[in-house]
Amino acid sequence: MRNVAAEVAVIGAGPAGLCAAYQARSAGADVLLIDENKLPGGQLFKQIHKFFGSGEHQAGVRGFDIAKALLTRVAESGVRVKLDSLVYGIQPDKSMGLLDAEENCLLRAEKVVIAAGAKENYTPFAGSTLPGVIGAGAAQTMIHINRVLPGKRVVMVGAGNVGLIVSYQLLQAGAEVAAVVEAAPRIGGYGVHAAKIRRAGVPIYVGHTISRAYGGTDGGGDCGAGAGGVEHVEIVRLDENWRPVAGSEFTLDADTVCLAVGLSPMTELIWMAGCRFEYIPAFGGHVPLHDHNMETTVGGLYVAGDVTGVEEASTAMEEGGLAGVAAAEALGYLSASAAARKKAEIAARLNSLREGPFGDARRAAKEKQLAAMARFCSCEAERGAV
Amino acid sequence: MRILRHPILGELTGLKTVTIYYGDQPISAVEGEPIAAALLNAGIRVFRKTAKRHEPRGIFCAIGRCTDCMMIVDGVPNTRTCVTSVRDGMRVRLQDGRQ
Repeated sequence: MRNVAAEVAVIGAGPAGLCAAYQARSAGADVLLIDENKLPGGQLFKQIHKFFGSGEHQAGVRGFDIAKALLTRVAESGVRVKLDSLVYGIQPDKSMGLLDAEENCLLRAEKVVIAAGAKENYTPFAGSTLPGVIGAGAAQTMIHINRVLPGKRVVMVGAGNVGLIVSYQLLQAGAEVAAVVEAAPRIGGYGVHAAKIRRAGVPIYVGHTISRAYGGTDGGGDCGAGAGGVEHVEIVRLDENWRPVAGSEFTLDADTVCLAVGLSPMTELIWMAGCRFEYIPAFGGHVPLHDHNMETTVGGLYVAGDVTGVEEASTAMEEGGLAGVAAAEALGYLSASAAARKKAEIAARLNSLREGPFGDARRAAKEKQLAAMARFCSCEAERGAV
Repeated sequence: MRILRHPILGELTGLKTVTIYYGDQPISAVEGEPIAAALLNAGIRVFRKTAKRHEPRGIFCAIGRCTDCMMIVDGVPNTRTCVTSVRDGMRVRLQDGRQ
């Protein structure tokens, strides 16, 4: 088995991983950035909308332009990049299994940053496995990367920011959006995104859910290729206890259902490494404990981005930067004072990203996560003192 | 359907195409794109059938996570078509169960 070594291994070349790699490398560390995809950038190239926030968060800049600038910086900094390569396992001593162009390798690094991102959630309903039911992110991938329209007439499930933004992007690409359906009694995403699709004439049904999707052949066993996908979508109103109201069903013609029902952190490697977790629903489920340096309960193992709790690309980039600075400091490439200065700058930007009516819940969740880490550390210290 | 014009991403020009085969049916694909995109563009939505109940499955996540879009590609079953690029002359077959 071939050995691969680096001072810092960064797993995942999305916004968090790119920033972690850039910070660690510009401080002087030898950095290997690994991604299983053929292209770096994660989901950032699929974000064609302008980002929010202030100037320092690149507000008003489109996601793919942020990605291009980030890739250029990473390439110029001298980060070694391995694409189409999969880290499939990690031991508590941080040695990793790496498939490098299908060759099995043993990867060792003094510091490891896991920035594996998140995956889209699924929600069950009758017909939810039919061809034509796709993730909202899948629609973005098909439209913005592959330039193929996933459907002609779409029902979007979920009126959070992803559901609202992707609905607008479907319209931009030439699809019709028959409706946005949201089980909660109110729209979850920003008003400005909701207003844009309402102005375009798309109805948003709050307090409603999808009860059934079906095709002409009812998705049965004998349908041929091209048949058997979604053709109709049944929607039902929910009462205050989230129960379907009998008789309130109505049907829309649609060939595609997009699910925008949240994301879950892809924490498999972090579990495998033996890190401690906390269940934080606001962050999408179980998330690894980490300190202000993004270091987990396994020494030298850092996490950044959606894998630490689902937020946004802007927070992922800042967390990645933080992990990169901390890893470089731990390796002796940055003095304590130089590192402290950089970390304070990043922390200030992170705090401002977690402000306001939409940021408060995420800030509270992050504080809960950091507090759980502090409790774990003080327990360990006590145990060590005995 | 190919999105040739887009208000943000601009016009799609200078595409190099290759031909893949879905069964015996030739399908025009854009060089380098995933098989799943080429099939979707050609209006094909059923990629495989489940082993026990032979229910149809197609694209779900489009980023190589869910394995719903697996097909038999050049004789190799369980190939994730959303993360496998087309190649001229490639043969793609619907996967029924495990084969």
